[in-house]
Amino acid sequence: MTTTVRNTAAEMAQALADGTVTSVQLTELHLERIAAVDGAVHAFLHVDHEGALAQAAASDARRAAGETLSPLDGVPIAVKDVLTTEGLPTTCGSKILEGWVPPYDATVVARLRAAGLPILGKTNMDEFAMGSSTEHSAYGPTHNPWDLDRIPGGSGGGSAAAVAAFEAPLAIGTDTGGSIRQPGAVTGTVGVKPTYGGVSRYGLVALANSLDQAGPVTRTVLDSALLHDIIGGHDPRDSTSIDQPWPSFTDAARAGATGDMTGVKIGVITELTGEGWQDGVMARFQESIDLLVKAGAEVVEVSCPSFVHALAAYYLILPAEASSNLAKFDAMRYGLRVVPEGDPSAEDVMRATRDAGFGDEVKRRIILGTYALSSGYYDAYYGQAQKVRTLISRDFEAAFEQVDVLVSPTAPTTAFKLGEKLDDPIAMYLNDLATIPANLAGVPGISVPSGLADEDGLPAGFQILAPALADERLYRVGAALESLLTQEWGAPLLDKAPALALRDGSSLASTGTESETR
Amino acid sequence: MPEITRDEVAHLANLARIDLDDAELDHLAPQLSVILESVASINGVAGDDVPPTSHALPLTNVFRDDVVTPGLTVEQALSGAPEVDQQRFSVPRILGDEQ
Repeated sequence: MTTTVRNTAAEMAQALADGTVTSVQLTELHLERIAAVDGAVHAFLHVDHEGALAQAAASDARRAAGETLSPLDGVPIAVKDVLTTEGLPTTCGSKILEGWVPPYDATVVARLRAAGLPILGKTNMDEFAMGSSTEHSAYGPTHNPWDLDRIPGGSGGGSAAAVAAFEAPLAIGTDTGGSIRQPGAVTGTVGVKPTYGGVSRYGLVALANSLDQAGPVTRTVLDSALLHDIIGGHDPRDSTSIDQPWPSFTDAARAGATGDMTGVKIGVITELTGEGWQDGVMARFQESIDLLVKAGAEVVEVSCPSFVHALAAYYLILPAEASSNLAKFDAMRYGLRVVPEGDPSAEDVMRATRDAGFGDEVKRRIILGTYALSSGYYDAYYGQAQKVRTLISRDFEAAFEQVDVLVSPTAPTTAFKLGEKLDDPIAMYLNDLATIPANLAGVPGISVPSGLADEDGLPAGFQILAPALADERLYRVGAALESLLTQEWGAPLLDKAPALALRDGSSLASTGTESETR
Repeated sequence: MPEITRDEVAHLANLARIDLDDAELDHLAPQLSVILESVASINGVAGDDVPPTSHALPLTNVFRDDVVTPGLTVEQALSGAPEVDQQRFSVPRILGDEQ
């Protein structure tokens, strides 16, 4: 069987093990695919042809010598541009870091290299991960492969679109309020936000330290599990990293794929369904619930009354942390330096640089955060938000006493049109309604495709949340739902995505990937 | 209802060290008022008996052994600097005219 870019990462790993494909061939296939479609999708900010092929060649040499570094050795991957990569540009989607080449690898990146995964390049994102549409990237938006006029979600729209457009079998995302899960939902892909502290944040350029978490972006639940097993685990360089052994998420996904949900108790979050949610999103959600019930799960409704305040708490805590974090972009040690005319002081240079280097959304949030932390407002805003955070954690604790996992649709709507909400911050923020509570409480979550909404034919997502440290439940239930739905559909959901036009001169035609599946 | 005036935005931008021109102030001030209005709903939600959470997981005092580990070389540390002088970051004058 010929391996193509449409295979899952697990299948590619098997083909490498069987010797029917080499890592160099796999990497070349993806680089060709990127050349053919990324002009239209714009998932990548930087593609590392040479580096990826060199890493692939090294993987092939290892394998020839009878050695592999991990189950995914030789399978290429894309990395969100918010993780530092030694020798590769890291911009965070911002002009203030244009051209910056970090002198060190993030721990996640170091682990990918140590596991033998060739890094294809860096993916597009909302500037400093602030956004839900990738339109706030200083380098232009990413387009949703399902409809190029629509948003791919955000902030990790580049990683999700790269995976959905078969430009990479795997990608890394980061999730501060839904930036892995919401792009997953609107692009028909899988995204996992691990337990806070489950994956190292060392080298992850911080948006909000207490909320940020890196995780897998893939096309299948098993692929996410394989990747999570590689990037997760304790890192002494991150003082918030959890120092305890984790079970195999790959095993959990394989167990779940049998589809048997006997004995699993699932809670539907009352506050995250109903009015204001798109009909097609709710219809696919209900069908997924029905399938899980048929597979043996017990489903009850669970109320988390404080969740209605999560969005407000988040948009105080996040800007507060972000305004402090982004103070480091001061034009002194790295990044952009704009020197005004005359004999400017360091402070003048900072002001001019931060005005020129930051986009609108970043400025909005820095100013909002500065306000929330000002004396006189601190108790009323930031202090209150931190207390609400406690209430949300208590809601989760109470809910998880009754059920094993909680579920909701991942996002209230399918992908909207590019530009539609760009200058309406509140409308944009509402996209993260269902994903934010998990970040505030530090619990893990996954988004799995639930089907296409009837009214627009676009993908919707099903979110599963588990207690902190119980990430394996996401994989068990996620893999079960995926396998039940795929049986109904008869093929993976992405097979229904329209074929992307290929740029002339690409040699992709030889792989036949666009035509053979439809 | 909380409202954030154009002057307040200018003051906050000054604190945050961002030069905002008139057009940006005109654009941002009303948007920030709308955002603030919507997050103000949080007032009074949690009573005095609710402790604040700064961090989702209860971790305190994470120490490591006091051993030397390799760090960046001078060249690496300076590799992204806008200006370098004698193996140091070179910065504009730090005192203003009035100091």
